[in-house]
Amino acid sequence: MTLDVNVKALMKNAFRQSKVRGETASRVRVPGGVINAQSMARVVEIAEEFGNGTIFLTNRQGMEIPGIPLEKVPEVNERLQAIIDDSGVNQEERGKGYPAAGTRNVVGCPGSRLCPFGCYDTTALARRMDKAVFPNNRHVKIAFTGCSNDCAHVALNDFGIIGMTEPQYDPARCIGCEQCVNWCKRRSVGALSVVNGKIVRDEDLCIGCGVCVNYCPTRAWTRSPEHYFRLKIMGRTGKQNPRLAEDWLKWVDEDSIIKIAQNTYAYIDEYIDPGAPGGKEHIGYIVDRTGFDEFVKWALDGVELGPKCERASRVYWGGKRYDRSNELF
Amino acid sequence: MGFELSREGLDRVLTELGESYLLYAPVLKVGEGRFTDTDVVRYDYVSSVEQIELAHKSDYAFKELLTPLSETLFFFTENECKVADAEARKVIVFLRACDLHAVKRLDQMYLANGPQEDWFYRRVRDRVAFALIGCPESFDNCFCCSMDTNVAPEGWLFSLEQTDDGYRCVVADEQLTEVFAAQAVGEAAFEPAHVSANDTVVRVPESVPVAIYQHSMWDEYTARCIKCGRCTISCPTCTCYTMQDVFYTDNGCVGERRRVGASCMIDGYTNVAGGGQYRRTACERIRFKVLHKVHDFRKRFGYDMCVGCGRCDDICPEYISFAACVNKLADAVDALAAQEVSADE
Repeated sequence: MTLDVNVKALMKNAFRQSKVRGETASRVRVPGGVINAQSMARVVEIAEEFGNGTIFLTNRQGMEIPGIPLEKVPEVNERLQAIIDDSGVNQEERGKGYPAAGTRNVVGCPGSRLCPFGCYDTTALARRMDKAVFPNNRHVKIAFTGCSNDCAHVALNDFGIIGMTEPQYDPARCIGCEQCVNWCKRRSVGALSVVNGKIVRDEDLCIGCGVCVNYCPTRAWTRSPEHYFRLKIMGRTGKQNPRLAEDWLKWVDEDSIIKIAQNTYAYIDEYIDPGAPGGKEHIGYIVDRTGFDEFVKWALDGVELGPKCERASRVYWGGKRYDRSNELF
Repeated sequence: MGFELSREGLDRVLTELGESYLLYAPVLKVGEGRFTDTDVVRYDYVSSVEQIELAHKSDYAFKELLTPLSETLFFFTENECKVADAEARKVIVFLRACDLHAVKRLDQMYLANGPQEDWFYRRVRDRVAFALIGCPESFDNCFCCSMDTNVAPEGWLFSLEQTDDGYRCVVADEQLTEVFAAQAVGEAAFEPAHVSANDTVVRVPESVPVAIYQHSMWDEYTARCIKCGRCTISCPTCTCYTMQDVFYTDNGCVGERRRVGASCMIDGYTNVAGGGQYRRTACERIRFKVLHKVHDFRKRFGYDMCVGCGRCDDICPEYISFAACVNKLADAVDALAAQEVSADE
């Protein structure tokens, strides 16, 4: 059978180009990494009916259904509809599958729905972010993690969001058992000390992980009603200059993070290398060309950072420059 | 006499009582739980019935009023000292039957355990009266029926429980009858609700042989328990405290003595001068706590310390059940007795 397939359109429709001629893989988007059991069953059905009976769990919490004959793409798209409806992913035309693949699945650790250390509902915020930035063809990676343990590896993303809580201390409920001090030292950064039987928190050192709250047996330590975040930016893997994302904002609020991510798309449109392969370029390389201040100008357009928010005036990244040297020292 | 009241009517009663009393009751503290976006029920002052959490057991007990988690006893300068001021107003504490039984245990420890009363405890105790929260149903982990604390002892002014369309109060203190009668929408003869069975049943051994102290039943707890002390801090009958003599940092001649809660479960307890430590492992600490609650206290005072509220089981982050431990203890005691019998034969 002669196949005449627009591969560019296929990839934009969230189907992967396979090395097996005539086959493709459907990429199921799972914002925040949570899918309901019914949709999971639908993925299984598609894999059994159209694919080769296997499902690949992607690094970014999505799923890929390989072994699908290219001519079955329209049928698979129709079958994906119920999954798309369930996951609340934005769509352009019903029955036609995913409208884009450039902006990658938004990752989330289990967060406060499950994890005792999670400082916020990562799933809900990942879904909110997905709604705000998808569909979009720009290559943008965003990940949410509940606390500074960074189980979601957000430092490998363009935007890495880490939950923070501002510990609230009631000295009248403190018996001076020092469990917060000890656990902060053992599990976190050692920001607490004892002065005259009560606890003093080094506000500069505190990373807002909430370990003190977790281990306080009396509720002398509680969480702030406000959820705060640390925003790390421009982490990436890759061939030229892989590097970890670095801190830009801390004690920042949820709305600002969403707006900053949205603003960044206009910045990319303005400055992306027109010759970038596949129209994709890690944002960090664009920032390297334009200078950090230009990125900040675009990213913070219309953003009102809260009174508690601290902002790095300049961010520096490390990472090896393989495009300059492949030496092992 | 029992009265039926609307929420508004009961609020008017509480307002009137508020002229003579502070009202101290279980309150749902939104977002103040251990984990993100979780709540905790603990005691605080209230002014309306809506603020009182009646639907859930409190995570922490009323005892924080009588034995505060942290209390400055007196201030000192070079050669003088001054007792810390105390609240002068009377307080009505809203509590359940088990907790009212717990008051007897606290009184025992602070007022009738040795020749001297605890002066600071007496000072606050004399200001406190009680209102009984009825228990139409048992909560998770409650075992009051096993500890014979499901029916409240005397000593409450009035009772309170929620009904489908309002509240029911039994007034025991005749001086308050008028206050309630004036706001009531109905009158009836009834008693405060109490439970007569719990899902959790605990069997307390009548006596405990010395061999139980070396028994292997305790061993597992050294690996399981994290020695956080939540079980004792939430317990309505635990009374241990320690002292902090604090010298203000900018003037070392001035300071205060503080009494703060202590826990036999937390590291540091039983440390003595010279570096000694009588109970090191978690299993030794749990053994002491459990036997104190269902044996040692009874040996001294004639009744068990534990009132079966089950807060220790509710709060334990490691899912260690005091109730299950006491039942293991009873089984171990039985097994030891059976061994002795067979050895005699």
